[in-house]
Amino acid sequence: MGVSLTKAALWTSSGKLEFTPMNESLLKEILSFVEQFSSQHPQEAEHVFEEPLQWSTTLVASDFKTDYDISDSDVQSHEKDSEGHPLLRLSPPTVYVRSFSQLSKLVHLADDKKLEEVRACLEENRDPVVKILGPCFANVLEREDTDTDVLGLADKDQAKDSEVKVKLFHLLQTTDKLFLSKLLEEISEQVRLDPTTVKNDMELLKQLCSGGEKRVLKSVRYTSDYEFSNGCRAPLWRQVHGEICYLVIEPCDTDNLYITCSTAGVFLNGGIKQEGEESGYERTSDMYEDLLTLLKSQSPYFAKNINKQDFGVQELPSTQRIQHVESVDMEEQGQPQRSYEQQEKNVHDKARQQHTLNKAGGEKKYEPCPRWKNLGLMSPCGYVIIPCKIKAEEKKSSKSSGEERSVKIALLSVLFLFSKTPAGALPVELSSESSSESEEEEEQSERRPESNTDLPSEYWQIQKLVKYLKGGDQTATVLTLCAMMDFNLMQETCQLAIRDVGGLEVLINLLDTDEVKCKIGSLKILRKISHNVQIRRTIVDMGGLQSIVKILDSPVKDLKALAAETIANVARFRRARRTVRQYGGIKKLVKLLDCEKDVEVARCGALALWSCSKSTKNKEAIRKAGGIPLLGRLLKSPHENMLIPVVGTLQECASEESYRIAIQTEGMVNDLVKNLSSDNDELQMHCASAIFKCAEDKQTRDLVRKYKGLQPLVSLLAKANNKQLLAAATGAIWKCSISIENVAKFQEHKALETLVGLLTDQPEEVLVNVVGALGEFAQIPDSKATIRKCGGIKPLVNLLTGTNQALLVNVTKAVGACATDKENMAIIDQLDGVRLVWSLLKNPSADVQSSSAWALCPCIENAKDAGEMVRSLVGGLELIVNLLKSTNNEVLASICAAIAKIAKDKENLAVLTDHGVVPLLAKLTNTTDDRLRRHLAEAIGHCCIWGSNRASFGEAGAVAPLVRYLKSKDSTVHQSTAMALYQLSKDPHNCITMHEKGVVKPLIHIMGSNDEILQEAAAGCVRNIRLLALANRKARLFY
Amino acid sequence: MSEMSAMNRKLIQTLAESISKHVEHFNKTEVECLIREFNVLMGEPATPGRAVTGLDRGKFRSILHNIFGMTDDMIMDGVFRSFDKDNDSFVSMKEWIEGLSVFLRGTLDEKIKYCFHVYDLNGDNYISREEMFHMLKNSLIRQPTEEDPDEGIKDLVEITLKKMDHDHDGRLSFADFEMAVREENLLLEAFGTCLPDTMSIEIFEQHVFQEQLEP
Repeated sequence: MGVSLTKAALWTSSGKLEFTPMNESLLKEILSFVEQFSSQHPQEAEHVFEEPLQWSTTLVASDFKTDYDISDSDVQSHEKDSEGHPLLRLSPPTVYVRSFSQLSKLVHLADDKKLEEVRACLEENRDPVVKILGPCFANVLEREDTDTDVLGLADKDQAKDSEVKVKLFHLLQTTDKLFLSKLLEEISEQVRLDPTTVKNDMELLKQLCSGGEKRVLKSVRYTSDYEFSNGCRAPLWRQVHGEICYLVIEPCDTDNLYITCSTAGVFLNGGIKQEGEESGYERTSDMYEDLLTLLKSQSPYFAKNINKQDFGVQELPSTQRIQHVESVDMEEQGQPQRSYEQQEKNVHDKARQQHTLNKAGGEKKYEPCPRWKNLGLMSPCGYVIIPCKIKAEEKKSSKSSGEERSVKIALLSVLFLFSKTPAGALPVELSSESSSESEEEEEQSERRPESNTDLPSEYWQIQKLVKYLKGGDQTATVLTLCAMMDFNLMQETCQLAIRDVGGLEVLINLLDTDEVKCKIGSLKILRKISHNVQIRRTIVDMGGLQSIVKILDSPVKDLKALAAETIANVARFRRARRTVRQYGGIKKLVKLLDCEKDVEVARCGALALWSCSKSTKNKEAIRKAGGIPLLGRLLKSPHENMLIPVVGTLQECASEESYRIAIQTEGMVNDLVKNLSSDNDELQMHCASAIFKCAEDKQTRDLVRKYKGLQPLVSLLAKANNKQLLAAATGAIWKCSISIENVAKFQEHKALETLVGLLTDQPEEVLVNVVGALGEFAQIPDSKATIRKCGGIKPLVNLLTGTNQALLVNVTKAVGACATDKENMAIIDQLDGVRLVWSLLKNPSADVQSSSAWALCPCIENAKDAGEMVRSLVGGLELIVNLLKSTNNEVLASICAAIAKIAKDKENLAVLTDHGVVPLLAKLTNTTDDRLRRHLAEAIGHCCIWGSNRASFGEAGAVAPLVRYLKSKDSTVHQSTAMALYQLSKDPHNCITMHEKGVVKPLIHIMGSNDEILQEAAAGCVRNIRLLALANRKARLFY
Repeated sequence: MSEMSAMNRKLIQTLAESISKHVEHFNKTEVECLIREFNVLMGEPATPGRAVTGLDRGKFRSILHNIFGMTDDMIMDGVFRSFDKDNDSFVSMKEWIEGLSVFLRGTLDEKIKYCFHVYDLNGDNYISREEMFHMLKNSLIRQPTEEDPDEGIKDLVEITLKKMDHDHDGRLSFADFEMAVREENLLLEAFGTCLPDTMSIEIFEQHVFQEQLEP
């Protein structure tokens, strides 16, 4: 306990224990030790301390129970020592305790405050062991390495309890060690540097010491030869602070450096020369990331010469690399700390990838690979050094001696391990790197679990080829690339093998050389393997996309085409598409479309644009770069494989209005229609899809008809097995059928019959469009009968039970349209369709709500016994009234329309009134939305019929706003308003309000309308006002 | 002197006319330019009056090196062999123009023949393992850590044979070579660069055909 308390615990300057997690767990350990002490070691528990432990307690006399003498606030234990002194004494606020048994009793008494008690005890008794055993024992305990002296001490101590004392001593010592090792476990979970890293680093530094005159360091040694099982060499109590080992390094140009390696970093210490020193552990320098950084800053000679070392050399020979892997694995198995075995593996894995990065070459510009930089895996001093470019000629010149090279390789391997922070090491780092970190995790999880044993043979062959790529001149590189093309590059094993052995870096590096043939070969491989999601991401992470974009400017056509084709594969995710745009790729790709002479280049350009066009900003960029007319020109191409990407891009971009307008005005509709009759499903699909998106516009719909596109669309319905094609075709039919002329044309080709057949067993994307089309077709009376005759009503009603909101909107619309036919309505009623539509009012989507409410109107209007039908729906009317509280004008308008229909039944109107429909309607009257005004006025007009509702509307202030509706430009508003005013004018008070608001003049104007209903309503209203005035005058005359 | 050059010009024109009938890819004017360039490259004959047969190996190699940036001795010898059709160790004017026709403007077929000839070091109409090894021996960085430093190159030769030797006789016949190149054009210069890149072609043609026309 001594060591852990004095050295492991963190004390504040005022002698308090800091509230650190480590202290907390230490306290808990001590607490449980004390709690269980008297039960586990009854004999030792009786031992009377040399001096009492005393501290200010929060306990008071009342907390003590039997076994204690309590007088006022003072307490004494019954238990006494041989001289009759109590073993526990409390004179508030101080408590004196003289045995472990009393300590554990006290702790039990303290109950939920026991932790505080232990804390106070330790804080006020900084040397508990001295007090417990006396100073001579305590000294021994502090020195942890001595078992022998204890007996000697015991001899000196002639007291009869010496044996107990020795036992107690041993007990405390073992407990102390236990505490330390537990703390160590906790700490080791937070390590940054670890023993393996340091060990590797030392191996490297030792090698740097050899080499005679050229050596960079004179000597390197550990202070201790003993290595703990966890790889540390520092004493246990220093390991608690995260210290791993101590080194003495003799540089060539300065004094010896005494260095502490700890998990937090390395620093100079006070001069620890050998094992077991008591002092010198304090930090005397800044904290450095790693040994090399420290050495560089302390020894200018080292810094100068280590930089001369050519890091860029030489890949690792394969055999050596494998050995390296295994050796690390074995070390891991020997480590007790399983928790970071995993991390270590990951780190090593990355390190291995890193080695393979190092191409032979004397290029002086070394850049850290951006990927590692992003991941925060690099030390700030930039240790991960990768030559990014190779030039064939330079390779030859960089042959260096074998020994030198192997040192460099070792150096590199250490550097990579060294500069890494195991993932999740420190919370602070995590948060600052969180975004890229999470991405990394995503990619990590993509990795297949793999071990060296079950790697396929391709892996080794590819590894060998990558080695040749790295060490070969142009001729060898081209031969190797050709050999690599013979592998099945569409197979994931090969794709990932290329990445895992570092081939991807080499391929990308080749793109930056001047060798056309190397670039072609590299791209031929990249365009294949980039079909793999992980490869795509890695290419982007490595900055490869920039190089590929750059190649688009090449004068060599093959290169341009290959680069564009690769971009088409890589730009399948957002970050990649953004990268293409940011590096000016869109402009370059659009330029490729202009290569009239070379179809292949233009085709690849279109392929790439197609991928890129999935981002809205890229659509805009393509337009700005003048891509639309070029696409329009290529749309006239006779080649199918050209047309697919072109139409694909167009249909993707048709989500933007600018494109829809361009497609219409630049004559592309004709070409789209023409290709509907192609015999390629994919092309047909994209054409149909483009028409689907563009045909919201009336002129485009008319153009489709003009170019005879409707018939081919109907014929596409026959390809019911290709669901994507079917979805596009039905979509196009739906949008085209918004024009009645088109519906007539469709009918010539029996489209409706086919569509009804598609109401069952289709995916939702098809159903939405089919039902949407039916809704449009059903605007024509003939169609309604056709739908019924083809048995379409039942499947339509069945679809009302679905959950897809887009589908529900369309289904309710279609059902509503069908319900305008009495015979249809009978079937719908029979199938309980009204109830289904009604319950959709509860759907959270406002679109579904309004669409259902609209559908209810014709249902109520055409049902045989509508009033009874509505009444049978329990809670239905309340639901409707409550929707008047919606904030969506379309919902409100549809609900008002439905209320107008419902209110025609007096009984139901009574129920509506009971549910408070009048004030809710009155509240809405201030709206300026003409669509809502029209239906609101209609609802008010119909609701007037019941009881005192007319007066209630007047009282709720609904009359004056209604008068203002007459100024609206919408004649339908005038009609329903005139009706409502006529109804309201049957209440004299309302007449007065209307008159005051100047209703007569506009009404007289409306009386001149051609609409008879309007004339009549206006006249009726004016009549009521006049009658009131007359009555008034009569009354005045009479009295 | 002017009489002399006038006569010369006449001579060149007739010569050009006759050569251009047998050579592809060049028109008469271009042949004329190439003849002039040939004369320039030949320099003044050391002993006037004595007929000079053509460019010797050294001269030809320095042309390849200086104008077309070739470096590999073995390949340059191969190119010389390809140009020097009659094997007299000189590239004559006719050989010069015929050679350049392929060298600068050859079709894929012509180039396949040409490259094969360059790589067929001993002229036995096969590219053997040994020839490949010779041509590739400097193309890889040696691995001194390995027992046999040439292992990589030997392996590369085997890989190449596996890819190109369709009839599996352990050597590349012209048919093997042709088939492999048609399959993958990158293999045209499989054993070393023996054709100029587009840039140096452009520079050379500009120099010969345009600058010479503007006296």
